[in-house]
Amino acid sequence: MDFIVNTLTLTVRFAVTLMIASMGEMFNQKAGIFNLGCEGIMSMGAFLGMLIPFTMIGAGQAPWYVNILGLVAATVCGILLGLIFGVIVITFRAPQGIAGIGMQMFGVGLAGTFFRSYIGGTQSIVGISSMEIPLLSKIPVLGKILFTHNPLVYFAYLLVPVAWYVIFKTPWGLKVRAVGTHPRAADSLGINVTKIRFQSLAVGGAMAGFAGAFLTLCQAKMFNADIINGRGFIAVALVYFGQWHPVKIFLGALLFTFAQTLQTQIQIFVPKFQYYEFLTMLPYILVIVVLAFNRKSNRLGPAALGRPFNREMRV
Amino acid sequence: MMNNYKIAYKVSVVVIAVLAALLVGAIIIIAVGGDVFNTYWIIISMPFMSMRTFSEVLIRMIPLLIIALGIAVSSRSGIINIGAEGQMYMGIIAATVLATNCGSLPKIILVPLCIIAGGVAGGLYGFIPGWLKAKLEVSELLSTVMLNYVATQFFNFCIRVPLLDPTEKSGTPMSRRVAENATLTRLFPGMSLHQGIFLAVILVVVIYILLFKTTWGYKMRAAGASSRAARYGGINVSRYLIISMVISGACAGMAGAVELMGVQGRAVAGMTGGYGFSGVVVALFGALHPLWIVPASFFFGILLYSQVNLQILTSVPPNLVKALQGLIILIIVAVQMVISNPYSMERFRKRFFAGRKKQNIRKEA
Amino acid sequence: MARFEKITELSVEHITKRFPGVLASDDISLTVGEHQILALVGENGAGKTTLMNMIMGLYQPDEGKIFINGQEVQLRTPNDAFDCGIGMVHQHYMLVPNMTVLENIALGMKNSWKGIRVDLQMVRDRIMEISEKYGLKVDPDAYIWQLAVGEQQRVELVKTLCLGAKFLILDEPTSALTPQETDDLIVLLKKMSKELSIIFISHKLNEVKALSDKVSILRHGKVVFEGSTADYTPKQIAALMTGHEVEVNENTDEPSKGEPALVIKDLCVRSDRDFLALDHFNLTVKAGEIVGLAGVSGNGQRELAEAINGIRKTESGTIEFLGKQIQNLTPGQVIEAGMGYIPEERNTEGIVPSMSIKENIILKDSESETFSSHHILKNKVIESTSDKLREEFDIRCPGIHTAAGSLSGGNIQKVILAREIARHPRFLVCVYPIRGLDMGAAEFIHKELLKLRRSGVGILLISEELEEIMNLSDRIAVIFKGQTQAVLEKGQATTDRLGILMAGVKDDE
Repeated sequence: MDFIVNTLTLTVRFAVTLMIASMGEMFNQKAGIFNLGCEGIMSMGAFLGMLIPFTMIGAGQAPWYVNILGLVAATVCGILLGLIFGVIVITFRAPQGIAGIGMQMFGVGLAGTFFRSYIGGTQSIVGISSMEIPLLSKIPVLGKILFTHNPLVYFAYLLVPVAWYVIFKTPWGLKVRAVGTHPRAADSLGINVTKIRFQSLAVGGAMAGFAGAFLTLCQAKMFNADIINGRGFIAVALVYFGQWHPVKIFLGALLFTFAQTLQTQIQIFVPKFQYYEFLTMLPYILVIVVLAFNRKSNRLGPAALGRPFNREMRV
Repeated sequence: MMNNYKIAYKVSVVVIAVLAALLVGAIIIIAVGGDVFNTYWIIISMPFMSMRTFSEVLIRMIPLLIIALGIAVSSRSGIINIGAEGQMYMGIIAATVLATNCGSLPKIILVPLCIIAGGVAGGLYGFIPGWLKAKLEVSELLSTVMLNYVATQFFNFCIRVPLLDPTEKSGTPMSRRVAENATLTRLFPGMSLHQGIFLAVILVVVIYILLFKTTWGYKMRAAGASSRAARYGGINVSRYLIISMVISGACAGMAGAVELMGVQGRAVAGMTGGYGFSGVVVALFGALHPLWIVPASFFFGILLYSQVNLQILTSVPPNLVKALQGLIILIIVAVQMVISNPYSMERFRKRFFAGRKKQNIRKEA
Repeated sequence: MARFEKITELSVEHITKRFPGVLASDDISLTVGEHQILALVGENGAGKTTLMNMIMGLYQPDEGKIFINGQEVQLRTPNDAFDCGIGMVHQHYMLVPNMTVLENIALGMKNSWKGIRVDLQMVRDRIMEISEKYGLKVDPDAYIWQLAVGEQQRVELVKTLCLGAKFLILDEPTSALTPQETDDLIVLLKKMSKELSIIFISHKLNEVKALSDKVSILRHGKVVFEGSTADYTPKQIAALMTGHEVEVNENTDEPSKGEPALVIKDLCVRSDRDFLALDHFNLTVKAGEIVGLAGVSGNGQRELAEAINGIRKTESGTIEFLGKQIQNLTPGQVIEAGMGYIPEERNTEGIVPSMSIKENIILKDSESETFSSHHILKNKVIESTSDKLREEFDIRCPGIHTAAGSLSGGNIQKVILAREIARHPRFLVCVYPIRGLDMGAAEFIHKELLKLRRSGVGILLISEELEEIMNLSDRIAVIFKGQTQAVLEKGQATTDRLGILMAGVKDDE
């Protein structure tokens, strides 16, 4: 019983990374662009999330504003990388799939390079610790699962309804949806397709950077070159799985994190388990299975996804 | 005469691309406190210091070349194979099983057998994402990346449990040494260059003929260029999509077998050395053409070899090479679109060549 | 803020626009006054849409000026055009399919964007206002993909009016309408011209006669003629459009005595949107005859062509070709049975655009003995055959190594035709073969089709152009909502009768 509660608690906490990165990618894809470089942006975010506290304070407990500074740096870097990706796929109209892989390699390689140069080794930080919300955390079972997390977790969960509102209720969200489905129609109404796409890439990059920093500051509390370990790609897959809808993506993120957390917990509790690699494989296989059974929803997606917009092109 | 500006245009775009990559790389090097010129010098010059260092480049070139050839086949058929890492691991596993257990077979049989085993294993593993895309419309970009992780885990399990070398005391997972008869022997004493290079050369020719001279290659290319028109033309696009992924996976698997038998001598963790991803960059750099992939793989062989030297001789971390590879991908794909864009070409022509045109007209008048 | 209360005059002077390799607009000047309807006429590629796009602010002219009510205006973006009160209904509707009518119109109404909220009520009110004023009913909460083509056009009109249009531009407004719907639209536009002036682009000369006051003809980017519509007949206008007398290919031969080649019985086929595109469809085509299938696009024609050629699965019913059942075979098998196909979208279905002409010629025949042996391509044979076909079909290109996608529409269609005819098919399915082509290419294609017919090949001609169908067919069938409405002999078919049938009114009603 303890085991389950533990797993669920950790799931709620750790789902943030995947959830935020995926939500960001949703903005990209709603506008018609898929960014496989998400993983690279998350890497740089994770690196900066560690770098700032580490360089300013070292391995000790950093004051909250230093940690926040790390988060901000990660977010800003994410915006920058998102915009650079935009230059490649919007301005130059390069194919988004390969460009994404390039961005991923670039981001991961860059983070690894800077890490080994500036920090190196197996340093760790204290990061942002969890806390217990008075009263609410005393509720049996649910109290532990829902109310014993650090403030950043709650902030991140708040972003889900915000994202929903932005994409479905605001004028900007309306434009984003139009641009991703029928950019020519948006263009004919005087909407600047390029500008909207760059803006969504900036948002997506910001969220990916944030998600990466969250990983270092609140979960792993250290960094190495492979720390993202595929989460960026899973975030992209989640957008398909969640049919480009914030609520479904949110649920999908919880599901996958549960699978991953479950597997690490099993490894801890059953140390003699000889076949742990097969457990580690499970989340990745789950992604493939989910994608395989998803084909009908392709039609619900933004119709212009992956196609560069060119006003001069003959219809 | 009109084509002169086209050539000048393409050349200048590629030159700008290379310079841009060098520039960004330089910025990164400065940011980590390294010496730009020294770093680049080490990268470029070390391979040519001696025959030994030169062959170090060549042995990296071999798996890059083989993998890139496979990726070129699948890319031209419309499916991008990012899963070469996983396919390579599967090939290594299959080759290891044979190479460690069938040592009594004569070398002339065992070596090709192991290579074929690697190819079959890699091909089967490549079949999966191919089938998923053809029949279930699953994006290969996601499925191959996921399968990489799955294969890595499976490989780690294999070298830790079933294939573990019982005599190895250090606790590091690794397989037994391959049999003497399952080795790709070195060609020259003191140099690491091994017989695997023959396989690489043969594959260049085979893939070239396949893609451009056979009906199968034609149909694959048509399916890759426009799957809809190919379908209307009676070509079974699904079938060729899957076949091209099998070929691509087989190449990666064979590259794994070659690495096992020519370089490592046993299966160890991380032995794919990022060749699977680097192969993608090489294929792109070589414009997906078997002949151009040869120099492209040589160039990236130099880059990968530099990782060793960077570690020892400079303070610049070897991860820089991965970042550079990503950067090169970004620049190449951006540049390719510019090259094939008739508008930019027109503007270029007007700027640099319009003057000459007027002169010619005057002369004729 | 609307800049003009009313647009009494719109004129363009000396407009020139260049694209790489093409002079799209060459010193164009024209004027539309109050309450006038101007028809802009010309072949494909003449520059009509480009000119209109400049008036809409989507393109910038290289030279020339635009004047409204005598004042010069700079139209740098569509927003500038909207501010001036210009609205356009494009040929391919600019509506986002998975958003509602309300959202689509809100997308254009910038004053409904209030920070983080979209004032949908304001948009709704405005739609009501416009609907009542002009009698155009639309359902604000319907999703665009749920609406039929005619309804979508109504939405586009309402949208343009909601955005404050005082001047209307319509690009091929009747291309997807039945003759009756066209008549209704003409009545509506005539009524609207009492308030707004209108420019409409069309190549349907009967409509030009019915609707417009003035007509301007563009050819190769230049205005070659301007005048009062009343003074000219459609035939005269056609001659002015092409610059020469239009030779009409007519099928005047005896009806065919051949055996039935293609027999379709009770065919049911589902469309992509999951409804029955073909609903117990029946048709027979004999060898050596041309059967024209008339109908407004979207009534099952695409699904029919795809089902015959193995591209689409059928639910029930049979397609018999030369005695053999071919429904649900693969495209390759249907091709081998002797079926030829000129598909609807030549750029994406007929050719592989990035491959060369010669590589496209062998698309269906790469494994044949002529072009390969033991799976090795016979390059020399391929090249010589392609060269021969290039001459025979007068394909204008730098050479057979040119990428097929870089050719003009007419030449692409010729490549496809050459490929199909060179294979000696037993039957040919043509879908909208002259759509978007200039008259010269169209003439050529029709001539070849008639030649093919004489050699004993049966042809199923699916087209929207009633003139084409009536000129070429031995028998004419009409398709409506996936069913055969009627099959008429050549002599019995008139535009009116076909129009009624195309609208779904059955013959005996």
